[in-house]
Parts: sequence; C-alpha cells; structure tokens
Amino acid sequence: MDYLLEALGIGISFPGVRALGRVDFRLRRGEIHALMGQNGAGKSTLLKILSGVYRPYEGRVLLRGQETRASSPTEAQRAGISTVHQELNLIPTLSVAENLFLGIQPLRAMRQIDWKKIHKEAEKVLSRLNLKIDVSEQLNSYSVAVQQLVAIARALLFSADVLILDEPTSSLDKEEVSNLFSVMRGLKADGLGIVFVTHFLDQMYEISDRATVLRNGELVGEFEVAKLSRIDLITAMVGEEVSARRAEEKFERRRVAASEPTPLLEVREATRFGAVAPFDLSFNRGEVLGFAGLLGSGRSEAARLIFGVDGLDRGEVRMDGHVIKLSSPHDAIAAGMGFCPEDRKTEGIIGALSVRENIILALQANRGIFNRLSRAEQENIAERFISSLSIKTPNGEQAVRNLSGGNQQKVIIARWLASNLRLLILDEPTRGIDVAAKTEIQKLILTLADEGLAVLFISSELDEVTRCCQRVAVWRDRRKIGELSGDDARVENIMETIARGREESGGENI
Amino acid sequence: MKLKARHIPILATMLVFILLYAAASFYFPYFFTLRVFVNLFIDNAFLGVVAVGMTFAVLSGGIDLSVGSVVACTGIVMSKLITQYGFNSLAVIAFVLLLGTAFGSVMGFFIACYDLPPFIVTLAGMFFARGASQIISLESIPLKSPLLNRVADFGIPLSDRVDFPFIAIVLVAAVAVGTFIAQCTKFGRNVYAIGGSEQSALMMGLPVRRTKIGIYALSGFFATLGGVIYTLYTFSGYSLSGIGLELDAIASVVIGGTLLSGGVGYLPGTLLGVLIQGVIQTFISFDGTLNSWWTKIIIGALLFVFILLQTWISKARAFRKS
Amino acid sequence: MKKFALNIIRSPYFWSLVFLAALFAFNLAFTERFGVVEVKDGRLYGNIIDILRRSVPTMLLGTGMTLVIATGGIDLSVGAIIAVAGAIAALLARGNFHFMIIVLPPLLAAAVAGCWNGFLVAKAGIQPFVATLILMVSGRGVAQLLCGGQIIKFSHPAFEYLSAGYVFGLPFGLYLSAGVLLSVWLLTRRTALGLFIESVGINPVASRHVGISASRIKLLVYVFSGICAGMAGLVLTTEIRGADANNVGLNLELDAVLATVLGGTSMTGGKFYLAGSVVGALIIQTLTTTILARGVARPATLVVKAFVVILISLIQSPSFRAQVLRMGKAGEARA
Repeated sequence: MDYLLEALGIGISFPGVRALGRVDFRLRRGEIHALMGQNGAGKSTLLKILSGVYRPYEGRVLLRGQETRASSPTEAQRAGISTVHQELNLIPTLSVAENLFLGIQPLRAMRQIDWKKIHKEAEKVLSRLNLKIDVSEQLNSYSVAVQQLVAIARALLFSADVLILDEPTSSLDKEEVSNLFSVMRGLKADGLGIVFVTHFLDQMYEISDRATVLRNGELVGEFEVAKLSRIDLITAMVGEEVSARRAEEKFERRRVAASEPTPLLEVREATRFGAVAPFDLSFNRGEVLGFAGLLGSGRSEAARLIFGVDGLDRGEVRMDGHVIKLSSPHDAIAAGMGFCPEDRKTEGIIGALSVRENIILALQANRGIFNRLSRAEQENIAERFISSLSIKTPNGEQAVRNLSGGNQQKVIIARWLASNLRLLILDEPTRGIDVAAKTEIQKLILTLADEGLAVLFISSELDEVTRCCQRVAVWRDRRKIGELSGDDARVENIMETIARGREESGGENI
Repeated sequence: MKLKARHIPILATMLVFILLYAAASFYFPYFFTLRVFVNLFIDNAFLGVVAVGMTFAVLSGGIDLSVGSVVACTGIVMSKLITQYGFNSLAVIAFVLLLGTAFGSVMGFFIACYDLPPFIVTLAGMFFARGASQIISLESIPLKSPLLNRVADFGIPLSDRVDFPFIAIVLVAAVAVGTFIAQCTKFGRNVYAIGGSEQSALMMGLPVRRTKIGIYALSGFFATLGGVIYTLYTFSGYSLSGIGLELDAIASVVIGGTLLSGGVGYLPGTLLGVLIQGVIQTFISFDGTLNSWWTKIIIGALLFVFILLQTWISKARAFRKS
Repeated sequence: MKKFALNIIRSPYFWSLVFLAALFAFNLAFTERFGVVEVKDGRLYGNIIDILRRSVPTMLLGTGMTLVIATGGIDLSVGAIIAVAGAIAALLARGNFHFMIIVLPPLLAAAVAGCWNGFLVAKAGIQPFVATLILMVSGRGVAQLLCGGQIIKFSHPAFEYLSAGYVFGLPFGLYLSAGVLLSVWLLTRRTALGLFIESVGINPVASRHVGISASRIKLLVYVFSGICAGMAGLVLTTEIRGADANNVGLNLELDAVLATVLGGTSMTGGKFYLAGSVVGALIIQTLTTTILARGVARPATLVVKAFVVILISLIQSPSFRAQVLRMGKAGEARA
C-alpha cells in the first residue's frame, strides 16, 4: 500500500518531558484521517513535527515515499503539507483575495501586483470550496467559518497534498460544520489526504475514514472508524487500566457533605448563546462536584459563567439563596468563589511576579488597595502555603514563571485558599503535571472539602473525577446531559453516558 | 464600486476637507481661487513628502520620530556642501538621499533584529540627526545654487498667472509613488500584513525582518526628500527647522484615515490630512484676528473625532459579527 | 547588606547605574572642579548640585511616566500639560494671589487633563499612544490661547520659591521631587497599588480573574502622570519667571520615556523601578552637564545621548543578549 504521508517512529523530548515516543502515523491519498486523544496526548506535538515547527525529532517523515525534512512551516507548505491552525494565521484587516495570495502574488510588468488576476483566481479557488463571497471585502467582516474556508483555500493554492485541520469546528455552528464537511469530502474526492483533529466524537464519526489515537505521548492504535465502537474509542483515549481497576478505589471521605435546606450555590437556567445551553446546578458545603466530558463539551464554558468571566445571557446564580450580580470575576470573588483556569499561563499566573505576590494577589485584591498586607504577613502566608502544599521553589521570591506546571498550579490554588474562599472551581488542575504531583493535588482537594469547602472539579481524566467526586455532572456538546452520584459515578457509566449522549438532541452543536 | 466600511475614514477625511474649504471660501471668496489652492500644495509640500514615509511606518504598526531632525539635517548638509564647498547640486541631492535612506535602514535594523521598540530607536535617531546638524552648523546657511534656482522656478503653467511649481510636483509624485508602492508591490502589501498581525505574517512565511528594515529605510528616504524640498522652499539650511514636524506628520496620517495600530489606511488619505491642516492654517492667516494656536487646538479636536470614528467602526464590526 | 548589593546587581537598571557611576568617575577624574561643592551664603553650589537641580522636572515626569508605562501605556501629553499648567500659574502669579491660589488651579487642570487621557485609554479603549497624542497636539495650543501668544512674565517671590528657594543649603526643587518620589513609593509599595499596577501590566486577563479592575488602575496612573506634569510645569515656569507656552517642556515627554526605559521598566509594561527612573533622569542630565563642562559644543550632547540610548536598550534587549551569548559560545568552541 502506498501512503501519501508516513511518519515512522516519531519521538521528541523537551527539557524533562518525553512529549512523544515512537509514534507511527500513516495517511492515504483521498482519506480523512482523525487524530484523537485527550489533552496532553501528543496530538499537537505530532502536528507541529509534521508541519515543520519542531526540529530535530527522532524517526522519519515520508511524503509521497520521499523523506522530507522541512525546517519551517513555510518549507513544509512548499513541500505540500499545509496546516490550518485553530487560531487562523491570516491578516484580519486585509481583503479575502489578498489573504489568499499574500507572498505569492502574481505580478505584471514592473513587478506590479496583478490585482485583477488575484481577484479572479481568488473567486475560482473559493468556488472550489462552494464559497461565493465578495473577495474584495475585508476578511474580518466575515464569520469565523468563512475565514476558516479562506485559510483552507490558501493551503490549496500551495498545491497541498496533505491538509492538516487542527480543531476546525470548535467555533462553528451546526450548519457551518456540515458545510465544512462537504468541502472536506470534495477535497478528499480530489485525492487530498486530510488530517482532522477534533474533540467532537460525532463529527469524527461523521467524516473520518480512519483514526489514530494517542495517549500520553504514545500510540494506542490505528482504527477503521466504521469498525470502531464509541466505547472502544473512549476507552482508547482515556485508558483501559483506569476504567477497570483504579476507578473503583475511591478516596475515603472523612465527612460526608451535609445536605442543607439552602444549597451554597444554585445555578438556574444559566445560558450563554453559542457557548453553553441552559443548565441547572446545586451545590453544598464540603461537596466535591465533578464536571466530566471531553474537551469542548461545555464544561469549562459553564465554569466561566459561574465565575463571571463570561456574562450570562440568561438565567441566574444564587449564593446562600440570594441572587448574586456577576458582571465580572470581582463579583464572584466577593461572593467567596475562586477559579483556577484551564490555561494556567495566559489566564492564571502573573508570570513575572514572585510566588509570594501570586499567592497573596487575590486576597489583596479583595482587601483593596489601601488595606495592604505587610511584607511580614505576605511572607507568612506564602511560607505557610509553600510548605502546606509543598510547592517546590527555592523561596517565595522566585518568579512564578520559573516553576514547573504542577507547582504553578499549586500557587494558583494557594492564591484562592489564602482568600476568603467558600467555593473553589478547578478547571483541569492536574493537566500537564506529573503523576506524583497529580495525586498530591487530588488529595489536597479532598482535604479542603473535608474542611467544609465546596469544590467544582473539572477534568478530562475520568478516573480522577470518579476518585474525587461523589457527584458527577456529565457534559457533551455544550450541554449538561446528566448527573451521576454515589455508586453510579463510575468511569464506565460516565463513558456510556457520553457515548450515548442525549437521545432527544442527538448531540448537536448549538 | 460598493461603499465599504474600510472606506469610511478616508471618505470622512475627504468630506471634512471639502466642508472646510467650502466654509473658508464662504468667508473669504478669494479662498476659492486657483492660486490659494496651489499654495496649499506649495506651503505643505515638505510636510506631505515626510508624511508619505511616516504612513509606511504607521501602517506597519510602528512610528518614526526622527523625521523632523532628518529634515533639518538634510538642509544643513545640502547647503553646506553646495554653498560652502561648491559641490554639484544634483550630486549632493543624490548623496543626501542615499545618506538618509542608509540612516533609516540602520534604525530599521535595530528595530527588526533586536526587537527594540520603534519609539525608542527613532527617538535616538531624532537626537542623533538633530545633534549632527547642530554640530555641522548652528547658524542658518543660505543655499546658493543657480541650478537649483532654476529647478525651483520651474513650474507647469495652470493658467495665465498660476504655475504648479516644482516642489508641488514633487509632492504629488511622492504621493503617487508611495501609493504605488503601498498598493501594487509585494513589499507594500507585506507592510499592511505586518501591521494587521505580525504573528500571522510570520506564519504565512512573509519576510518580516527585511520588510521592517525596508519600512524605516523608506521613511528615511522620504524624510530626506522632504528635507530637500524644504531647502528648496526656504533656500537655506537651519539646524532648528522641522522641530515638532514628526507630530504634524503623525497627525496628518491619522486624520488621513490610517489606523495608528497599523494595517489599515491609504496614502492619498495622508495627502488629504496634510491639506486639511493647510486649509486651517491658511484660513487663520487670512482672518488675521484668529491666532495660530487655534490651528493646534482644531487639529487636536479633529484627531479626537477621527480616532473616535475609527474606534466606533471597529466596535461596530465586532458587534455585527457576534 | 550583602543582600542589598545582590539586589542591585540583579536589578534591570544595573547597567544604567554602572554607566552613571562611570560618568561620575570620568568627570571626577578629568573635569576640573566637578566634585567641588562650595558654600555661599549658606547655600551649596557646584556641578553635582546643578545636575540634581536640573534633573528635577525629568524626575517628576519620570515618576508618573514609570507608572503609566508599567500598565503597558505611554503618556505623550506631559509636555503639553506642562505648558498649560505653566500658563495658568503665570496668569495667576501676576495677580499677586496667595501661593496656594496660584498653585492649586494648575495642578487641578493637570489632573483633569490626566483624567481625560485615562478616560480615553481605560473606558473608551483607545490605544495609549493615540489617546495621549490628542492632548499632545492641542495642549500647547490651549496654553498659547491662555497666554494670548505672549510670554507672560511675573514676579511673585512666594511662588518663585519653588525653584529659587533653598532649604538647608539645597534647592527647594530637590525636596519637591524627593517628596513626590517618596510619596509615590509609599503609595505604590506601602499599599497594594504597585502590585496591582504590575499585575495589570504583565497579564491583564489573569488580573481580571483575581478581581483587579484594570480600568480603575489605568485611570489612576494617567491622572497621576498628569499631576506630576503639572508640578514639573510649576517648577519650570518659576525657573524663567514666566510662561513660554511654545517652548516650555518641549520634548520633555521623550526624556521622561527615556528615563523610564533606561531605568529598566519595559515599554511593554510590568515590573517598574522608580529608583531606576531616577537613575535614568540623572544619566540624561549628567551627560548634558559633562559635555558642556568638557567644553564640547552643546549639540554633541544629542549625539552622545543617541548612542547611549541605543547602547543601553541593546544591553537590555533579550535577543541581543542571546546573540552575544551565542557568539561567546562559538568563540569558546573555536578556542
């Protein structure tokens, strides 16, 4: 069998981390090949190797049987491998036509750009994607879906044989997705090989021919999609040993969450158009509630609503039975909430500030400008949390960006513990950190709950959710599709719920 | 052609120019004569040429603070070489243009290769050029060149009594060449791309570094050309001329509809921005009772209105999309 | 003590400090009477005192500019605010009013100007460079309007004390700038304001997530920068006992930005160093004084200044450091 693209024995290490080890990936002509895996499974690392961003790496990449060593995205593109990233690399302020031809403009006499030809060619290449728009209009006057197609069209101009689409559907609505899919089918019929990365299982099943699954930087297997059941796919992504063994040993809880007449937090019909379908939630002191679901299922978006990061379009949030105003995180913090966001680097830590400053920041913000904690108090608090959470840092004055991921996470948790905290929201707190630190953080969460704190725990790792939580809300396709509690909150049940989806809705995008 | 959102700023500029000119003509009928109109081009020729270069810097999301000093330095060097050393006038002009371009490229090199902020690098360039011209001569040096006299006297007759003189022709040519570079060359489009999103420009494989060096070289060239024009206008070189010119140039660019954050704008707009400032100045000198400071206040107010307009357009676009 | 020394070496304005020290050492060795401080009528005179006195306006502006730049902004309008404040003060000083009546209105006007800048940046979301450009362009026009295009001369001993007065043998201006610096230091480092400013400058998104209101912080720093400019305007106006709307404080906004950047505060915002900005202001003034004292023509100052700016920016630039490091390693490898 001749393959269009063959990546054999690919491996790469970053300082201290083995990001990818001996992974094989084969793409045929005229197929759509899904690349599946959880966060940190190594998908984006593999894509970056294929598109020439990472060098050097172990193993070989063969394109049309010839070994290729592209050292930059541009070289890879010239060789015939084009990538359309999630953050589209286009110039929003230029016209559609120009975005297609930037850097490869056809010229007339006097090295003058041939605009007429550009507009004509642009219309032609877009019509191949069933797109009929005014190509002289500025790119950012069109929807993300159109911009996506423009990015794909640009890739086609480079006579791409291999098209890599990195989560192209994450911000598209249902119609736009089906339009994109028909474009993909057309390109497939033309003989292109398409690598498709998505977190939406339904979409994977709808469009892909084969799928390669990665987990923890290693290859789990290559599957014919038609013969792959949902439960097998999820097991492949999540890991078998997890579901079978470890999930059963729940952490012992010293104290069971008290059931009280008024719950600590109550969410009613909270909605954000295009992000989260209406959902209800209620929460007690000392409870650890899990949010389970794959990436893009709406779990993080829901958390951001509760914390006031994104505004509510509809619905309300009550704390102790009173409706709270949620116009910014400040309001949520004043009500006693804390939030550890999924993207630690860009939304969590203040990189250039010290560990001490990062720890006391939320407490200080709540106290206001003039009620400053003295240096001694700050050091006290910082020392206390550095030792109680065993944050590995030479001292409190180290800039937090120099710490490892797990320790940065602990700093953010410490930040909230130091302030007047009643409800802690953790979005993927153990992502990208090593196993020992993971267990540590899980135990920490339970200890906190025993002390009366309510914790909302979001994770892609189902065994982690079931070990820590008595109650699990299951999310899929931006909807809360169910709640499992007590003995029902087991990995198999969660996987089954996700796989089955909500019968009546069929797992659509909103 | 259909009206597009990106054309609104330049249309607004045009409208402001027409309204101002009409109002001025209403007060002073003499305003509405060919001579006054041509004088707008003559009196603001150097500013217009400098602003062409500035437009490229601003389009790329940068800035060039050195232009005013470069104008002064050009005048001093030119006058000194021609009047005191007796070099050939045209050779000297070619030499200063080369020098100015090289000066701009060096600034571009620091900006592109070491990621230094354009503000700081061109500020240093401003100090350097001003200092250099003062070292060469603190006194004003007259320009004595029969050849350049003839060049400056050359003009295209528009009517019996009004000529379109050489320096105005240079202004129009500079805007035309600038527009051609911006609209019809790969370099020009790369400037827009860098201003729109430098990160994306890099990922699209565009030569970002080379383009940035080119931008400041071009700005250096036009600043020097502006200096040559200024020297032909005053027929002397003086180390203190052109102080604050960078500010007038930036104001022209912004009033001309170019976004200071980069990526959006048209060169002919810059010319309109220059002419609007010219109209205000001429009106005030016609009036006699109004004082020159009103120019600054009105230009500040115009800046405010145009910036609000731009902010409003980009917000409206974001809203329409969501 | 050892810790203190270590802190200095690690601070981002270390090289600026070294440069300033070298400049002083050079002068002490080669410039006649540089280090001499004389006492006349109970007042101290000398080159060093002169440098300190002349750098007062830049220090005042630099203090405000440092905070603005720390939030990721810039304030181009300070030169124009100086002119406006000076014009108002001069007009009032002619009227022989009480000191406070002369001083407070200009400061209030400066605060209002700062508030306008802050509003445009924090509430209207306009880029700082553009937002402050508006006042930079029109402010001087307003000042000229107030003065009627004249240089307004005045004679008001109590007001002139600002620059002519001496306390314990030192010019009053020094106490003023020291006082402002000290109060800003107290205000930013003894309250949480400094922490919040840095936090907003480094990572606005994460700052919002911990409940810091970026717009309030930004408004505050622009108002403050305006007030600093107002004070600098008062000092400069009393120095020449008149308001010269055209020329007073010309290009001082550039010096203020320069002092801040030389002082190690990055133009992209984040950690700020008030002491560094003082060092920056002193470098600018010492350079000028040195060159003049050496008998070199004044214009050379500008050229030297240009080289110093590029040199110090390069030393602080990460990509330049990396390149030097690579070249050093390549050299080692060859050897």
